[in-house]
Amino acid sequence: MNDYQYDNQTVKGFIVSSIFWGVVGIVIGLWISVQMWMPSLNIPPYFTFGRLRVVHTNGLAFGLGIGAIFGITYYILMRLCKRPLLFPKLARFHLYLFNAAIALAALSLFLGMNQSLEYAELEWPLDIGVVILWVIFAVNVFGTIIKRREEQMYISLWYIIATVVAVAVLYIVNNLSIPASLTKSYHLFAGVNSANVEWWYGHNIVGFIFTTPILAMFYYFLPKSTGLPIFSHRLSIIAFWSLVFAYLWTGAHHLVYTPLPDWIQTLGIAFTIFLIAPSWGSVVNGYYTVGSDWSKMQSNYLTKFFILGITFYGLQTVQGPTQGLRVVSQLIHYTDWVPGHVHMGTMGWVTMTACAAMYYIIPKIYNTRIYSVRVANVHFWLVLVGQLIFSFTMWVTGIMQGALWKATNAEGNLQYTFMDVLAKNYPYWQMRTVGGLIFTVGMLFFIYNIFMTMRQGYIAQSDIKPVVAGMKA
Amino acid sequence: MAGDLYKKPILFAIVAAGVILVGTAVTMFIPMLTEEMHPKLANLKPYTALQLAGKDIYQREGCNNCHTQTVRPLKTEVMRYGEYSKAGEFAYDRPFLWGSKRTGPDLARIGGKYPDKWHEVHFDNPQAIFAQSNMPAYGWLRDSKLDPNESASRMKANDFPYTADELARLKDKTELDALIAYMQVIGIAVKKTPEPASSGITDIPNPLAAKPEAIKQGLLLYKEICAACHGDNGEGGIGPSLSDRKFLGRTADGSDGEYFTVIQNGTQAGMPPYASNLDKNKMWSLVSYIRSIQGNK
Ligand code: HEC
Ligand code: HEC
Ligand code: HEM
Ligand code: HEM
Repeated sequence: MNDYQYDNQTVKGFIVSSIFWGVVGIVIGLWISVQMWMPSLNIPPYFTFGRLRVVHTNGLAFGLGIGAIFGITYYILMRLCKRPLLFPKLARFHLYLFNAAIALAALSLFLGMNQSLEYAELEWPLDIGVVILWVIFAVNVFGTIIKRREEQMYISLWYIIATVVAVAVLYIVNNLSIPASLTKSYHLFAGVNSANVEWWYGHNIVGFIFTTPILAMFYYFLPKSTGLPIFSHRLSIIAFWSLVFAYLWTGAHHLVYTPLPDWIQTLGIAFTIFLIAPSWGSVVNGYYTVGSDWSKMQSNYLTKFFILGITFYGLQTVQGPTQGLRVVSQLIHYTDWVPGHVHMGTMGWVTMTACAAMYYIIPKIYNTRIYSVRVANVHFWLVLVGQLIFSFTMWVTGIMQGALWKATNAEGNLQYTFMDVLAKNYPYWQMRTVGGLIFTVGMLFFIYNIFMTMRQGYIAQSDIKPVVAGMKA
Repeated sequence: MAGDLYKKPILFAIVAAGVILVGTAVTMFIPMLTEEMHPKLANLKPYTALQLAGKDIYQREGCNNCHTQTVRPLKTEVMRYGEYSKAGEFAYDRPFLWGSKRTGPDLARIGGKYPDKWHEVHFDNPQAIFAQSNMPAYGWLRDSKLDPNESASRMKANDFPYTADELARLKDKTELDALIAYMQVIGIAVKKTPEPASSGITDIPNPLAAKPEAIKQGLLLYKEICAACHGDNGEGGIGPSLSDRKFLGRTADGSDGEYFTVIQNGTQAGMPPYASNLDKNKMWSLVSYIRSIQGNK
């Protein structure tokens, strides 16, 4: 059909790498979830909770998350620009460098090289590597868009451009540091100022890694897999600009009641509440798109992944702004409620949407169909149940912790010691591990399905042609 | 015009960058240029080489994944942890270590709360002190010595003053010594709020004296909270023996009220205050229990 070849190998490479790092991250997630109720599972020096937790978060945000984002963005980019990547060799190098960087990152975190900035834990030499990775990505994204063969830039491209720009600014600023040696540095910013910079970064890295690129996938794959056009273009425009504007004001909702100046907190909270609107712009757009023909939920197995994904995004973006309010923050801040929030977003929205995109892409690349819709459905229900158990147990125990920490008795003394409250968490933490296990089994079904699809496609292709299409690219 | 924006990627990127930078400037860049973001308490001191080494270990081990270091100005939180955190306490922290999750208690006022010996026992095996703790053990930090050269470059990077002598002495210190030194300096730039004078009861008799129920409750509390320092049967350990008839260094025994006050308010030399954790009944029942073990002698 086309007079050009898409660089499917690089896309596939990123997807496989992303899945690989996802497995590593999830296994470590299970491990730390058990450490929380069985401290004997800490194996010093490399495998104690304090070190493993950052391998978990980095492995999944950067290994699974960014790996999927690179691969799927390249896929979308070529289709929306109707041309191959401008620099296919560079993209291939990007893939190798990405895997090398994540492997080194994991190693350095096991070794305890840690800047102690949440989601910016990597030490400065690796930060430079990350910046190089990002520049390569940006060169290919902009180059390909500039040389595109389609006049209009579709919604997904807006979100991709915003992601490329925002992450660059965020990452570079927050990682400015004073090196003491190759493996140790100190934040350029100190004290309260350091906190303000970090959470400006922290909130927005969640926004521009776990939100905007995932929305780019959502806006591309939902219409593709259902055959239904996006409900409102105008709504997309408004939602896009107000989202990227408002996000950057809100970091201080992570610092409610800390010594950060009050006015920054209040301003942050105000914008946090406003953020519901642009977030729900996309939710509404998604719902109304499928709303024109709900039978797609039955006839196309991917529709439910996207609709559930956007539903969790919707819940997440109501829960998030609520958490920012002072009255709510004072109860749930520092408790297990927050991991409940986090995993609804990461498991229910990010992983759900990225997996659905991969289900769409892999058969396309291999010129085949998905190996088994049944297996995909089992995967869907298992990850859904696993995630709900995870989030609900954490919300319950989070509220309990918050309430018991504040409880006073008739004399006005604290009713519970810290240990009294800690001991009450154990059953919930154990249940969380069960939820995590169910989620993991669901993911294994996903991986099996993807693997079998690749195999089936590979066999079919080698039947037709002596040389497998695309392998030379 | 506006429609063109969606056809011109570079223009689009520039506009997007501009939109992103508004909030960034107002909430982050501009405040950074003001005094407000660089407060420093008058009596806040830079870290010594030993303390900084301890802080680096705190970061390396990811203690901040379980511990916060900021007390919010909320009534019960101040009761639990002590005076709320002030902006000027953190001027030497690069980065700040406030944390975002309290799997363990806040450490903003840990400095001086316990004697060094307590920390050693606790880091060796947290479960020995609190059976249900999920904190990992860190006794293995004792196996590594500090490196003065490394410390020198770290002190320089922070621009902290140090002496050659100070660095030389690091050679004999272990990582555990450093971590404990760091624990003891956290939050001490803010004075502890003095206990209200009226809270010291010295001449009131114990309303629960010799009541079997109270002694039983006291025993349970003692095992849970006090035994780690005063020994399983009050024979002493990190803290002094409670089964003898001495009291806070003097040979004459204290009154019931004096015992009560020590438990309530703690002392400067390592006895933690329990006023905000235990109600009066519990504290009196502890006094009853202590008297019961003294009686055995
Ligand atoms: C898995 C989470 C976890 C990690 C990691 C952890 N702790 Fe703890 N920590 C706790 C819990 C829970 C308690 C309360 C029970 C106890 O004292 O053991 C605690 C208590 C403490 C206390 C006593 C606080 C008080 O006021 O009684 C100190 C001091 C402490 N930890 C220091 C550290 C240091 C230093 C590190 C890193 C080397 C660390 N912790 C790592 C969970 C953790
Ligand atoms: C962190 C260790 C620690 C814990 C836990 C602790 N104490 Fe103490 N306690 C001390 C130290 C140290 C002293 C000596 C204080 C001094 O000399 O100022 C002391 C002194 C005392 C004294 C004065 C006794 C004397 O003979 O000098 C009493 C009574 C006492 N503690 C009771 C308790 C009770 C009851 C508990 C439990 C609720 C408790 N302590 C928990 C460390 C501790
Ligand atoms: C089997 C599945 C998983 C399990 C068992 C698991 C477990 C955990 C645990 C125990 C924590 C620490 C919570 C705490 O300190 O109280 C955590 C934190 C975190 N996890 Fe997971 N996780 C899983 C999947 C994921 C996935 C798929 C992602 C991302 C794509 C993710 C991202 C994160 C993040 C960002 C945090 C940090 C939260 C915070 O700072 O509040 N996790 N996880
Ligand atoms: C309108 C959108 C959102 C708002 C306003 C919001 C708000 C918040 C707030 C206030 C917190 C801090 C809770 C506390 O510590 O007390 C938080 C934590 C967090 N949120 Fe959201 N949230 C939103 C959407 C999302 C989405 C879509 C994700 C995707 C996964 C997400 C992931 C996280 C993570 C990872 C944290 C933990 C940060 C940490 O390490 O402490 N959030 N969010």
